[in-house]
Amino acid sequence: MIRGRIIWVAGPAVRAEGMLGAKMYETVYVGEEKLIGEIIKLTGDVAFIQVYENTTGLKPGEPVYGTGQPLTVTLGPGLIGSIYDGVQRPLISIARAVGSFIKRGVHVPPIPLDKKWKFTPLVKKGDKVGPGDLIGVVEETSLVQHKIMVPPNSKGGVVVEVVEEGEYTVEENIATIKVDSVEEQLKMYHRWPVRQPRPFKERFDPLVPLITGQRVLDTLFPMAKGGAGCIPGAFGTGKTVALHQLAKWSDAKIILHIGCGERGNEESEILTKFPEMIDPYSGKPLMERTILIANTSNMPVAAREASVYTGITIAEYYRDMGYDVLLVADSTSRWAEALREISGRLEELPAEEGYPSYLSSRLAEFYERAGRVRALGNPERRGSVTIVGAVSPPGGDFTEPVTTHTLRFIRVFWALDPNLAYSRHYPAINWIQSYSAYVETVSKWWEDKIDKEWSKLRHEFYQILRREDELLEIVRLLGPEALPDDEKLILDVARMIREGFLQQSAYDEIDSFCRPEKQLKMLKLYIKFYRLAYHALERGVPLKDIRAMKIIADIIRSKSTIPNDRLELFDELEKKMEEEFRRLTISVSTTPSIGGR
Amino acid sequence: MARIAGVEYSTVREIKGPLMVVENVSGVAYDELVEVETGSGEKRLGRVIEVGMGRAVIQVFEGTQGLSISETRARFLGRPMMLGVSEEMLGRIFDGLGRPIDGLPEPVAEEYRDINGDPINPNERDYPSDFIQTGISAIDGMNSLVRGQKLPIFSGAGLPHNLLAAQIARQATVPGKEEEFAVIFAAVGVQNDEARFFRRSLEDSGAISRSALFLNLADDPAVERVITPRAALTLAEYLAFEKDYHVLVIITDMTNYCESLREISSAREEVPGRKGYPGYMYTDLASIHERAGRIKGRKGSLTQMPILTMPSDDITHPIPDLTGYITEGQLVLSRDLYRKRIYPPINVLMSLSRLMGPGIIAEKRTRHDHGEVSNQLYASYARAVQLRALSEIVGKSGLSDIDLKYLEFGDLFERRFLNQGYEENRSLDKTLDIAWEILSTLPESELTKIKEETLKKYYKRSSI
Repeated sequence: MIRGRIIWVAGPAVRAEGMLGAKMYETVYVGEEKLIGEIIKLTGDVAFIQVYENTTGLKPGEPVYGTGQPLTVTLGPGLIGSIYDGVQRPLISIARAVGSFIKRGVHVPPIPLDKKWKFTPLVKKGDKVGPGDLIGVVEETSLVQHKIMVPPNSKGGVVVEVVEEGEYTVEENIATIKVDSVEEQLKMYHRWPVRQPRPFKERFDPLVPLITGQRVLDTLFPMAKGGAGCIPGAFGTGKTVALHQLAKWSDAKIILHIGCGERGNEESEILTKFPEMIDPYSGKPLMERTILIANTSNMPVAAREASVYTGITIAEYYRDMGYDVLLVADSTSRWAEALREISGRLEELPAEEGYPSYLSSRLAEFYERAGRVRALGNPERRGSVTIVGAVSPPGGDFTEPVTTHTLRFIRVFWALDPNLAYSRHYPAINWIQSYSAYVETVSKWWEDKIDKEWSKLRHEFYQILRREDELLEIVRLLGPEALPDDEKLILDVARMIREGFLQQSAYDEIDSFCRPEKQLKMLKLYIKFYRLAYHALERGVPLKDIRAMKIIADIIRSKSTIPNDRLELFDELEKKMEEEFRRLTISVSTTPSIGGR
Repeated sequence: MARIAGVEYSTVREIKGPLMVVENVSGVAYDELVEVETGSGEKRLGRVIEVGMGRAVIQVFEGTQGLSISETRARFLGRPMMLGVSEEMLGRIFDGLGRPIDGLPEPVAEEYRDINGDPINPNERDYPSDFIQTGISAIDGMNSLVRGQKLPIFSGAGLPHNLLAAQIARQATVPGKEEEFAVIFAAVGVQNDEARFFRRSLEDSGAISRSALFLNLADDPAVERVITPRAALTLAEYLAFEKDYHVLVIITDMTNYCESLREISSAREEVPGRKGYPGYMYTDLASIHERAGRIKGRKGSLTQMPILTMPSDDITHPIPDLTGYITEGQLVLSRDLYRKRIYPPINVLMSLSRLMGPGIIAEKRTRHDHGEVSNQLYASYARAVQLRALSEIVGKSGLSDIDLKYLEFGDLFERRFLNQGYEENRSLDKTLDIAWEILSTLPESELTKIKEETLKKYYKRSSI
């Protein structure tokens, strides 16, 4: 192995000489304490290394050891429920080893090596297996069947030995395969380089929506399984809460939450709440399907750069088992800043705002790892990785480099609006700025499963909001009284929709998660209200009488008064609404001239 | 590569800005503490910020004024900058590097700690959940402060942020628990009279005996400012996590800190980020603010209230912007409200407490209507502010009756709810009562953020 020596240290950047033969992106151990680092530039025999741990006390002259390996993650049972730093060091074990504060130079295996898992083989002696083929399963949690696959980089071969069903640790050999008289031992885990996407057979179109239970997302700007989206917003616009909602309620099998340069207390919130929260699809604790990567803002910046790769590689691994995985990265801007910081130390020529010129290609590579695929190997498995990246634009300015480059590689844009957040309209997703390119592709799913009118209803609903936006322009100049009554009605209904439909409380037990069926009921209710009110106006009912209708408050509150399993209550509410409108219309037809009194 | 600590070099090669380059050194470590001796024998401290073979770049905390290439000597101390900490430091006053300046002898250290601290393992954090009553309606009612939170005040030049911070320091308690806060005050480049104001305020309230002051004043060396918050937080961490204190750290003014950071960065000829501030400013600020929190199994807590003045009141300026992304909310002071003589002039719409979740303002901790009232105040006041802007264009005649009610509500909100005395300590009940009083001027049907049962209990029908 290569052994060099440090010649320069500045923050997370180290230069070492005597590194001839070392490879780009090779993992190295730096200094007497063997801090983890990665080679990011080579000039002659000098390697430029980014170090994933605090470099205080490091001196020129100390050794650097090459490993010959790129930065890898360990993939095997025991990942679920874990919390890792950016280079997959398990934070729970680190706390056990060194206490509440993170010290450096601690080397702990990412998955438990001594835990026994019940392994059930799926192959027998003499079977031929290739890369990606299943050789057995392990029940990782009550929710997740962990499928043990032949590693994608294996040559495959004939099974010459396989263990019987029983309890094994990840370190034990569970199968031996042989090709051309070369034997390969298989264990329940393998390693995979984080910067290299895992291979698959074929990519599918994203046709299935990722149901998030959030009305403004599912109904107006749907995400598709295998899609990529971003959620940019200034601070305080509710990015984190929105991402937590996705992690809690999405109908994905596995959730990967990357806290990339964010707040420690937010990680703590997930760690405190998820084990107590119940997955609405399976009734099991949410933590049994969640993996956390937490590289908080005060943890080493280079590890922050690595964290998104660590996360996406683990996500792809579960995708290969045939699962739908949702990866949320909070926040990709901090990741880009880590790139910028390292690039600055490398003294590279900066592009916009000091960011390196390869920012855009790095973002593209990352988002391109999303997708719905047929996995490598037999039996056939289909899985997906959906990526939602938060972006934290400085000053909430969407024209800054990270936002603009990200927009080129994603299909769903959930724009957070500070003005909505200031009036506590949450989620503060601006319905005029946001878009989803998957509306068309997922409409078939909605029409088949929920209601064949979905596209039409959604369109009519959205038009009310769009009209409101136009009318508000006029109001801004002339005041609301300048509008005719039918346009005032649009403003009123849009206001009801904002409050009763678009706003959704993450903290209200009933409102927090809204099933697609309930979303549709609500959608229909508001459209019906608008139609009835419009007709009533036409028949001469004064607008102020419509505004004074008692039912309005009930409609607005229905989001938090009608639970997901009592949808028939919407029908009752609708009847009451029709009845109230009938009374209104009758009263105008029986008292022809109110003004005469 | 063992080396005896304290090797002295007189091979200074270059001095520029706050930096000094020493050559022909060996065995120097990154981040090592350095004692710099001038020709006249004066001693200053510095630290290694970059080290190569035989060459070290030193940042001199007390500035490089008066240093000469030929006469300056640098002694490498073989350790990073440490602060000796002990409970005895409460009641004392220190300079920006943690050396006593109150004329009393140096406190006996119980422990020496690296001032940079180590990051708290996210898994070991205890989620903050104890509501702190500050006695200020705008904060308690709508932006609750929580033990272990970092909640900055975004202010502007000349606004009464100091008054507010002092009032919070004086009044903060956790209802039902009789533990008092230890207050650590870090002055970063502030005027002498501001520092005196805090000191007097702590003395008057009798809190000085459980306070420690770290003062880097406007006329103290600018480079020292990057150390002052860290020194203060090192003591705070020790008190909170070793000695079970509930510590409130007030740092003013973080804008000066960022200016120093920029100065050092440009002296190092680094590629600048926005507005010339270094690209790593987010990470650097995070290494300060993330030191707030609670740790599982330990009784104490560290709450931070940094104050910063927004250059030209611009919240999108890199300093407030990056801070807002790190902290758990912000209290924004408004010049408009200040001109209207509203104290505290907190712009609640732009303010936020991220930790004011259902776990904190739940039934047992505060009052069951707290969350709903807060949401309704936000929504109604936001509407009032919008209509106010509209009425300036179209006149009041262009507004409907209900709109006019909102305008009235907006005024009441500012005069009755926000506005209070510097000495006035309102209980949460009192705050919520005022809120109901003013909310009751709006028709019941407008209060859609409040559940019907809650309205039944609190809405004052008679006052319509």
